[in-house]
Amino acid sequence: MQIKLTLNGRAICADVAADVLLIDFLREHGCLSVKRGCETANCGLCTVLMDDIPILSCSMLVVRASGHAIYTLEGLQAEAEEFAGFIADQGAEQCGFCNPGFVMNTIALLRENPEPTDDEIRAYLAGNLCRCSGYEGQLRGIRAYLDWKKGGETCG
Amino acid sequence: MLKITNYVRPQTLDEAYEFCQKRGNVVLGGMLWLKMQNRTIHTAIDLCDLGLDKIEEENDEYRIGAMVSLRALETHEGLNTLTQGAFCAAIEHIVGVQFRNSATIGGSIYGRFGFSDVLTLFSVLGAKVHLYHLGMLSIKEFVQLPRTTRDILVEVVIPKRKMQVVYLSQRNTATDFPVVACALSCMDGNYICAIGARPGAAQVFSDKMEILSPEITQESAQAFGESIANRAVFGSNMRSSAEYRKKVCSVLVRRAALMLREVQHAN
Amino acid sequence: MAELKSVGKSIRKKDAMQLLLGKPAYVDDVTPHDALVVKVLRSPHAHALIQDIKIDIAMKVPGIEAIYTYKDVPQKRFTMAGQTYPEPSPYDRLLLDQRVRFVGDAVAIVAGETEKAVDKALKLIKVTYEVLEPVLDFHQAKDNPILVHPEENWRSLCPVGADNKRNLCASGVDAYGDVDAVLEDCDHVIEHTFHVKACQQAMMETFRTYTEIDRYGRLHVVSATQIVFHCRRIIANALDIPKSKVHVEKPRIGGGFGAKQTVIAEVYPAFVTWKTGKPAKMIYTRQETQIAGSPRHEMEMHVRLGASDDGTIRAIDLYTLSNTGAYGEHGPTTVGLSGHKSISVYTGNLEAYRFGFDVVYTNKQSAGAYRGYGATQGLFAVESMVNELADKLGIDPVVIREKNIVREGMTMPSYYNETTNACALDRCIERCKDIFGWEEKFPVRDMGNGRVRAAGIALSMQGSGISGLDVGSATVKLGDEGFYNLLIGAADMGTGCDTILAQIAAECLECSPDEIEVFGADSDASPYDSGSYASSTTYVTGKAVEKACIALKENMCKVAAEVLNCAENEVEFRGDGVYKLDGTGMISRTDIATKSMIGNTIPAQATVSHTSPVSPPPFMAGMVEIELDKETGNVQVLNYAAVVDCGIPINPNLARIQAEGGIVQGIGMALHENVSYTAQGRIMEDSFMQYKIPTRLDMGKLHVEFENSNEPTGPYGAKSIGEVVINTPAPAIAHAIFRATGVWHRTLPITPEKILLGSADE
Repeated sequence: MQIKLTLNGRAICADVAADVLLIDFLREHGCLSVKRGCETANCGLCTVLMDDIPILSCSMLVVRASGHAIYTLEGLQAEAEEFAGFIADQGAEQCGFCNPGFVMNTIALLRENPEPTDDEIRAYLAGNLCRCSGYEGQLRGIRAYLDWKKGGETCG
Repeated sequence: MLKITNYVRPQTLDEAYEFCQKRGNVVLGGMLWLKMQNRTIHTAIDLCDLGLDKIEEENDEYRIGAMVSLRALETHEGLNTLTQGAFCAAIEHIVGVQFRNSATIGGSIYGRFGFSDVLTLFSVLGAKVHLYHLGMLSIKEFVQLPRTTRDILVEVVIPKRKMQVVYLSQRNTATDFPVVACALSCMDGNYICAIGARPGAAQVFSDKMEILSPEITQESAQAFGESIANRAVFGSNMRSSAEYRKKVCSVLVRRAALMLREVQHAN
Repeated sequence: MAELKSVGKSIRKKDAMQLLLGKPAYVDDVTPHDALVVKVLRSPHAHALIQDIKIDIAMKVPGIEAIYTYKDVPQKRFTMAGQTYPEPSPYDRLLLDQRVRFVGDAVAIVAGETEKAVDKALKLIKVTYEVLEPVLDFHQAKDNPILVHPEENWRSLCPVGADNKRNLCASGVDAYGDVDAVLEDCDHVIEHTFHVKACQQAMMETFRTYTEIDRYGRLHVVSATQIVFHCRRIIANALDIPKSKVHVEKPRIGGGFGAKQTVIAEVYPAFVTWKTGKPAKMIYTRQETQIAGSPRHEMEMHVRLGASDDGTIRAIDLYTLSNTGAYGEHGPTTVGLSGHKSISVYTGNLEAYRFGFDVVYTNKQSAGAYRGYGATQGLFAVESMVNELADKLGIDPVVIREKNIVREGMTMPSYYNETTNACALDRCIERCKDIFGWEEKFPVRDMGNGRVRAAGIALSMQGSGISGLDVGSATVKLGDEGFYNLLIGAADMGTGCDTILAQIAAECLECSPDEIEVFGADSDASPYDSGSYASSTTYVTGKAVEKACIALKENMCKVAAEVLNCAENEVEFRGDGVYKLDGTGMISRTDIATKSMIGNTIPAQATVSHTSPVSPPPFMAGMVEIELDKETGNVQVLNYAAVVDCGIPINPNLARIQAEGGIVQGIGMALHENVSYTAQGRIMEDSFMQYKIPTRLDMGKLHVEFENSNEPTGPYGAKSIGEVVINTPAPAIAHAIFRATGVWHRTLPITPEKILLGSADE
């Protein structure tokens, strides 16, 4: 089937089978940040933005995504880099396999709620599993980033 | 692995209905459950072009299109005001934000899943299900439809009546399926209680013995909880035993009743 | 000691930003996407013999390259355990066997051009099984007439008490003093049985391997493995080809926790590539990872603990029954830690101990190595017993520990008579008590509406590498402009060891860690290393790095002395160059590098191997506060405080994350992560929908600190951190639940249902 979508800001036309999942399509199109960690929509590793809303690309047919705008981490490098450094400063990236999904959903969170409380952060990211970090370092990193931003804004 | 041969986006409900009459064709909801199945679908019918992704507020009701996401319900101000936050309470535990952005109300209701928080909540709201062919059905009538029914769920309608609603659930982990789900509402002095994840689909009970009348007290709440726990049918699965569910049901119903009293007093 | 510049600093991991920004780094990202797709047909039966297997119809599926059955594979048995040769784990596997031994055991290997074709072929393979009665209850396994491994060519290479004709993978007893006599003499003897399930590592990246024939005709394997060198040997054994024909490398690994210390996926695509000559790739599904991986050994510990009225712990008698499942990977070794790492915590006044064990085969998923490696199971039992003793005697569980714990300078009879050179366990407890607020939180507090708050405590110890066995090596090279390459065979699986080893090198070479480029691990290019397991990398490989740097400095001084026209003992290395001691000249690192490439015979590199005769234990104290709903049995972890003695932490941030991650895994194991089997032997928790690892809403708030000790045998005083951190949550949480409910739970996980229904044991 013919599909048309924008991927990281670029229009793409492709001919795909009806049952190709978005995750597989994205990986075939060079978006290797998108990871598969389970088959049951539980891990959050495959999170991408569809029309700015975080979704699980493992549970989305690419034909269904036709006509929509998809962003993967490849397309949001600058936005990600700003806060990712704060995660790195905690060492909380660890094995890194969950990072792209975690980063994508954090971007979605901060766009929706630029000043979240710790509880709001935990709740929004609950669908992003991480087996290495114990989550606390990720929270510290996001908190440090938000504090830095706040400080920067009041100073600047 | 799910195999799909064709994919269509009908432009009218009529067209969608025609497609769904054929065996082997399936209407797509959020695809979260469907995708895990090992089956072959001839034609996947996507309702995404039918404008069913809106929550419309009318004078006397909310009309929730089949393609509205669970996340939209969870965060909808009007619905949460109407139910004192019960929408959020029922939905916020479901896996994660991304999951709830994809999962649809149509898929959740149509599947009539035993573990469904959504079906449990909707069972106490006086909600109606609008099926394209069969028309408007109460949730109760809808749930009793044979599984072989081939119809299109168009929207779910919730009356804008004054109601008090409390939703509680027990889960083994924060975002797991519920082990017991409990929704309790009061409309015009009538109490309705739904118990979901028994593990079967929600059973709905009225307070026919008027245990909670004339008022909710510690004692009447306790008695109501025990009464519901006795009336509901529980089973065992890998998450818990029937015995545990029954005990917890009694507790949740009691707590829900007492919380409902708080809501009533606050109003 | 001079002030340290790199060691002790919380610098970023070298790969942090690459990983956070989602750059291609893992097996499936960095290998070709058009390789043959390899999958395995898995047994639906727990125990069966393949009577007939028909592949002709499946072979006709377009795109199918090859299908292999037990008739096609080498008939020499091997083990998949990533251990030093000769492995203690028995040689009990074939690539494919006529006998299948658990639900999920490999029946056939299918390789094809697309996943769809392979899936179709899998369905079309017709297998006729002679279904046999399985051994599913591990209590019934020893000397059961049904044998899991009746085959004549089964072999045990080490004297571990194994006997396949008795379903025994290992068996033994080890003792000090007369435990029966001391117990007889004790004022109090308590006796209980504890049960820990076969929990899953659940690393986010499942098992996966890519294989191809390289330009020399050798088998090139790119795999998510913690053990490139063992992996090379195991693949060669499985395929019955010379070791020289195999080259294994690992890219970044998406978590391991011991899972990838066993060769799980590698042999299948390796076999396909060796037979077909074509590139092949196997990616385990999550379901396969859950049912055919390498989880923790299910263990049952029977403990007798004897003490005096005043709380002096005088004797511990521990018997562990361990379930290795269908194959013996890590069976003989994990069990040892259940005794050695638990009893030894209470060396203080211990007069006698006995530790006996049997490791049995059953028709369940084969177990492997999971963080904690048996210590986790043993400590759940012994720590719970100590808490129970404290309760029985009316002594504060902190006080009873202060009275009995191992302290610096003590010799531990239950730990190979090793002496603790560095032990801050006493200070860990003291500090943990402070930061947790033990005095305030230990009393049970009623919060109303059925909810109570309560607290619990547990201690933990582990090792640092395998004494006298593990080998760590490092090569340090000086390159153009004076940068350094550090080549290692240890595997960074997210832990940050590449960075930590670079910090050690930088400290020794008096430069910035940014000037050290780390490469690993590759069985052709890296110096030999046992691999990353047994909490060995910082301690063993770290020391090798330190020694290699010293050796390189000497070589650099030699090169410099030639240029400076003086004797070697007239110069010294100072980081940016080599200086004449008399102050009359120097040569920069850049110039030494340049000189080393011109008419030079002195190697500007050094390789050193290191091993340690001891395995110094890291220690930890953990305290948990929970809120328990007495009406539903629900437990919410509120706070977890932990203080760790890992010697001198090389990178405190990374050490803290290790501790936090380990604690949360421990919380999952204590409360949620269940492994249950149907009556037919199928695992029910075969996905993340059913196997519930903690989310960030399930773990409360963590507070981790360090109490340093200085381990003289470690690099810059370091011991290990990776495993010790997983052991305290289960016993601490069980303790808190007892405080809240009055019931001791001795089987994990402790679910709300068990709490509400008060079913203490299964």
